[in-house]
Amino acid sequence: MMEFNFSGCWALFVKEVRRFYSVAVQTVFAPVVSTLLYLLVFGQVIDTQIEVFSGLSYSQFLIPGLVMMAILQNAFSNTSSSLIQSKMHGNLTFALLSPISPFEFYLAFVGASVIRGLAVGLGILVIGVFGFGLTFNAPAWILLFAVLSAAMMGGLGMLAGILSDKYDHLAAFQNFIIMPLTFLSGVFYSIHALPEVWQDVSHFNPFFYMVDGFRYGFFEQSDVSVNLSLSVTVAFLVLISAINLILLNKGVKIRK
Amino acid sequence: MSSAVSFQQVTKHYGSFEALKGISFDVEEGSFFGLLGPNGAGKSTLINAMSGLLVPTSGHIKVHGEDVVHDYRKTRRALGLVPQELIADPFFTIRQLLELQSGYFGIRGPEQSKWINELLERLALSDKANSITNELSGGMKRRVLIAMALVHKPRVLVLDEPTAGVDVDLRHTLWEFTKELHQKGHTIILTTHYLEEAEALCEKVAIMQHGEVKALDTTSELLACHPFRYVRVSVEDETQPLSEALKSKLVESDASGYLFKLEKQQSMSDMLGMLHQSGLDVKDIRSRDASLEEVFMNLTGAAQS
Repeated sequence: MMEFNFSGCWALFVKEVRRFYSVAVQTVFAPVVSTLLYLLVFGQVIDTQIEVFSGLSYSQFLIPGLVMMAILQNAFSNTSSSLIQSKMHGNLTFALLSPISPFEFYLAFVGASVIRGLAVGLGILVIGVFGFGLTFNAPAWILLFAVLSAAMMGGLGMLAGILSDKYDHLAAFQNFIIMPLTFLSGVFYSIHALPEVWQDVSHFNPFFYMVDGFRYGFFEQSDVSVNLSLSVTVAFLVLISAINLILLNKGVKIRK
Repeated sequence: MSSAVSFQQVTKHYGSFEALKGISFDVEEGSFFGLLGPNGAGKSTLINAMSGLLVPTSGHIKVHGEDVVHDYRKTRRALGLVPQELIADPFFTIRQLLELQSGYFGIRGPEQSKWINELLERLALSDKANSITNELSGGMKRRVLIAMALVHKPRVLVLDEPTAGVDVDLRHTLWEFTKELHQKGHTIILTTHYLEEAEALCEKVAIMQHGEVKALDTTSELLACHPFRYVRVSVEDETQPLSEALKSKLVESDASGYLFKLEKQQSMSDMLGMLHQSGLDVKDIRSRDASLEEVFMNLTGAAQS
């Protein structure tokens, strides 16, 4: 029978949560503030000039996108930075010497990244609800997309952390892949506002489906079907998890 | 006696470089075993393969009969490794690290807290329990690594260069603690560059070089098998030249005199004769058997030439 080291997995998860919590100003509060700056700048400037979905202000449209962007970026940062720091400091050795399986290891790291993503997202959401009258039409979809997307990005962060040998590699991954894909995922606009070519290109961006599905939970309006968004999000989560588990099982760049 | 660790044809390749070339030997349960060799011999690679920090290219390693790849949960519970590299964690105190590590092994509760306190006390870390590792000296960090390795009470303790960069006091403390663990029945596997430590502590020794085992025997047998004994000669006048016969036996000379090596079958009368023929004014002569360092140099030096 397959053994599951629940205690080990839980301890590693707790360690990862406590790691980011111990520097919460940097890992939670700073991303909340910097994301709210987008809301302040874009929301105030464009609020009265654009109506993306009928009956909604631009700020109301923008907030779910910003929340999802923050979830994605912070979930990615958590696993990637924790893993590369542990590799650099050498303390990853402690977990590698323990009876924790690759799956448990993956689950613990990704679980902690989901918590951080949700913590940052919640901080922005609170401002959205109390400051801009944001409502939740379908909260189950909101929660589902938030958790699945954070898990997918936590997995992607782990992949980047495994493959990176130095901080420079990670910065390249973050600045040349994650940032462009999140900014071009429809956070600030509906893809229907784009020229047709760019609308087609957006459909190849998995982050677009995460933002669109998440936004559906608030307004029950979206650019594509919510079921399609869910399918793409789940498919990417499964794909990224599978790649991670293969690498972890083989010990690539971790068990040298 | 059963094996605590068994290496069976273990190889490790990095591209075309063979770090381990088919290592096979057993470490008996309850023994104090020394793994010696020059830098790059493959000692740490072998230890890391045993601990699961790397995956061997081929072969098998068993810890208490369980395979380290397929039954890694059991073998990691049985094994505690003190790695060679110092490790830091800027986020957690020493006590938190020990508690987290206990959690990885599924051990918690008051008994475990008691054991953590005992470890902190024995390793003179109690007053640093709430410090983070970055605030500690190298010697303190080494003690933390030992505590981390012992937190799950492993049956086999592997120490990879534990006294590198450690002062004399701490080295003494570490060996006392290690000897105590050995007396309690733990198997100890040690790599060290301080061969006098290995000679004093280890019952059995493997000498590795270029990824191979060059010698494997009890320490006493390795010393007994060494073909030379050593004679230290102090003289009145160090400027007086040596005869050719003596020069061929000279190992080193310093302010206190000369060190010669003699084949074991050669009698001391021969040596005295050679000294007499050279006309040296001898103050003192001391004869001794080989040390482990000389056995080591003889084995690894011969292989290098």
